[in-house]
Amino acid sequence: MEFFRSTNIDWLGKKWYFLGFSLIFSVAGVLSMCFWHGIPKGVDFKGGSQVKVSFTQQPNEDTIRTSMDRSGIKDATIQRLNGDVPNEVLITLPQQNEASLDASRQAVINALGTNFSTGSFKIEDSYTVGPKAGQQLQQQALLATVYSLLGMLIYLWFRFELIYGVAAVVAVFHDTLITIGAFSLTNKEISLTVIAALLTLIGYSMNDTIVVFDRIREDLLENRRETLAETVNRAINQTLSRTVLTSGLTFLTVLCLFLFGGEVLHPFSFALVVGILIGTYSSIAVAAPMLVAYQEWRSRTKGTAATLPTGKAAKPVVR
Amino acid sequence: MGKNLAIKTWAIIGILIVFLYGIFGIPHGSLKQSITDRIHLGLDLRGGTHLVLQVQVAEAISSATDRDLAALTTALSADGATVSKADPTAHPDTLTVNVLDPSKLSDVRSVITGTSYSSTYAVESTTNGFTMKMTQAAQRDLSDRTLETSIETIRQRIDSLGVSEPVIEKYGVGENEILVELPGVSDLSRVEGIIQSTAKLEIHEVVTGSPYPDAAQALTAVGGVLPPDESIIMGSATGNGPDQAWVLKRASIVEGTDFRGATTQQDANGRPDIGFTLTTEAGERFYKYTDANKGTGQMAIVLENKVREVATIQSAIRDQGQITGGFSQQQADDLSLMLRTGSLPASIKFLESHTVGPSLGVTSIHQGVTAAVAGLVVVMLFMLLYYKGAGINADLALLLNLVILLGFMGFTGATLTLPGIAGVILTIGMGVDSNVLIFERVREELRLGKSAASAIEDGFGHAWTTIFDTHVTTIVSAGILFMFGTGPVKGFAVTLVFGLIANLFTAVFVSRVIFDYLLEKRGREATISI
Repeated sequence: MEFFRSTNIDWLGKKWYFLGFSLIFSVAGVLSMCFWHGIPKGVDFKGGSQVKVSFTQQPNEDTIRTSMDRSGIKDATIQRLNGDVPNEVLITLPQQNEASLDASRQAVINALGTNFSTGSFKIEDSYTVGPKAGQQLQQQALLATVYSLLGMLIYLWFRFELIYGVAAVVAVFHDTLITIGAFSLTNKEISLTVIAALLTLIGYSMNDTIVVFDRIREDLLENRRETLAETVNRAINQTLSRTVLTSGLTFLTVLCLFLFGGEVLHPFSFALVVGILIGTYSSIAVAAPMLVAYQEWRSRTKGTAATLPTGKAAKPVVR
Repeated sequence: MGKNLAIKTWAIIGILIVFLYGIFGIPHGSLKQSITDRIHLGLDLRGGTHLVLQVQVAEAISSATDRDLAALTTALSADGATVSKADPTAHPDTLTVNVLDPSKLSDVRSVITGTSYSSTYAVESTTNGFTMKMTQAAQRDLSDRTLETSIETIRQRIDSLGVSEPVIEKYGVGENEILVELPGVSDLSRVEGIIQSTAKLEIHEVVTGSPYPDAAQALTAVGGVLPPDESIIMGSATGNGPDQAWVLKRASIVEGTDFRGATTQQDANGRPDIGFTLTTEAGERFYKYTDANKGTGQMAIVLENKVREVATIQSAIRDQGQITGGFSQQQADDLSLMLRTGSLPASIKFLESHTVGPSLGVTSIHQGVTAAVAGLVVVMLFMLLYYKGAGINADLALLLNLVILLGFMGFTGATLTLPGIAGVILTIGMGVDSNVLIFERVREELRLGKSAASAIEDGFGHAWTTIFDTHVTTIVSAGILFMFGTGPVKGFAVTLVFGLIANLFTAVFVSRVIFDYLLEKRGREATISI
């Protein structure tokens, strides 16, 4: 079986469409981050308490809210979990001061237990993070992301050339921005597990980009009489079969995660579903055109022919 | 079979056996039992409590300087010098020594730079005396000790709960933080009560005999400004009356670490109280103090920063005493347990807590495994359909990859968490990617008219560069994730790193050996199904 055979698509010729597409999604995300939902942060990052309660009978949200109000718990959000667990409710209390953290979690339990006849219930999961710890985790997550990007940039610089690294990092940044934008647009909370997903996506998108870049480098060494754009087009077409297959398969595994992974993994797999689509797209539509655009700009300013440095290829496997 | 190929085949079989052992160990009982004995499940998968605590080491530093303040005051009284804490809130680590008679300056200096202080304080001269600031090294030393004592104390208390396999250790993220993980315990309030109770028992000297109705009036009574060596603490003289404000000397006469033991006993009226014994050294100190203040002095027993009892010193006491604070039997039992296991050297703040009920853990693992298996099946079926014969290579490589990954976890004792399962699923994705890269290259070479043998040779050779680069970049980022991440992020990074290392071996080496084996069986000129 074979899906793609000797495709000959002029990818670089469509760069303006790609640019438009990327701009629309990035700008929509950024606008939402700035003016609409902001970056919705989970309890891990902003601090607060989250108690997941499962009732023996399907609970009435208003009843729960009333019982919270009567106990003087004002800012609780009560959220019914969808899907196959209709009896579960997530009660979230936003940031509190460090001292009252634990008291608030206990207050929720007390409110449910004594105040109102909400039926019998069980605490499935409770999560409490102090605002300071939340900030620490947030900073840490950001640092981890920045460091891992930097690590990749340095590796690509060493293995290829700086411009490859820069183009790859820009593409990955583009993916992260759009994925976070998707979280903002849909108002889904970003938790620590989502950060893990974002980092996976970075790694994955980087992979895709490297596969294309590796082929570009290989094709450049063939020394054909063609323009840089033609070489890059050829490289993309040659790897297209692999790109579509791998992305398709990874997408399928992630989709399994999204469908069967349960509510706990839901935000995680959502990030990956979005991320894989966008990551695949960006290695073709962002990273490669950027390489070409940079070289063409350099050749215009320096008056030399547009070509790319080929860097140091790995030695073939020694067996 | 060629000799080279035979060695490779046996190597693969050997690795398979070693890592199968990693997963199952020597099989005993049910299959499930064998696996769960080898592979540690995270709290998110088996239920339990995860806590991050912060030890307030500043308190320990402050009380250490308080003690030195008291000792120096006694030592320097003959020289007419006074010792005080100029700013107890902002600089609890600094003492000020005021010398009234300039001719005594050198005498005073020799006392405060004497052996017991010189290692702890940096001394600087001021116009009419000295300032003593606890050195950074001494502070670090003290906070390390405080943290260690806290960990030890918490461990003993947790042990008394009978939790199996608890984790109580320093937490790397912030300062002076402790991570506590209690598998199978979901009663958070009880755990927190037992951990958080500082059981900080101190005996302080009462400055004025009678208490004040509230802190504000106490402050007025001492002249509006609290002297630096005094503090106002609330509580009642009988432990269960209404709270009143007491003015006490800041430095304690005896404190937490001075207690050697504690038991619940009955007082003369049959009510529970707590009997304590002091260490020899503290007993000696206590004897001196009580002997000197016999009949007049009043002592307040302060438990967890609350006055529980105030007593006039009737006679000199050496190393035994009791606290009658109107306790219930349960309270008395809990308190004596905590005093016995040692009090915490400083109070504790909860930064983070996460409790997973046991049933949620079971649901999560079920869903995670379902997703992983579903993903695996879909991918394997697709590879068979798309690459036919070569699909078998990819599928075998993929299965071996999983065996190695889980075996790694069994050997290293790494914990499998829910995000870890996600890491496994991604490993499947990347494993498949490597084979797709190779097979697509082999197909290209075949299209160029090469023989199967050389197409395989070149296909693997070309794809290797790319596979190497993609894997190293991902391992770099996962490694960074492991170093800087915590909890779920770390669990994810662990499986990803293990999975990718395994994949470099299976996708490139194992898949190739299978091809070589086929070629050797069918002859170099045979065609392959790809």
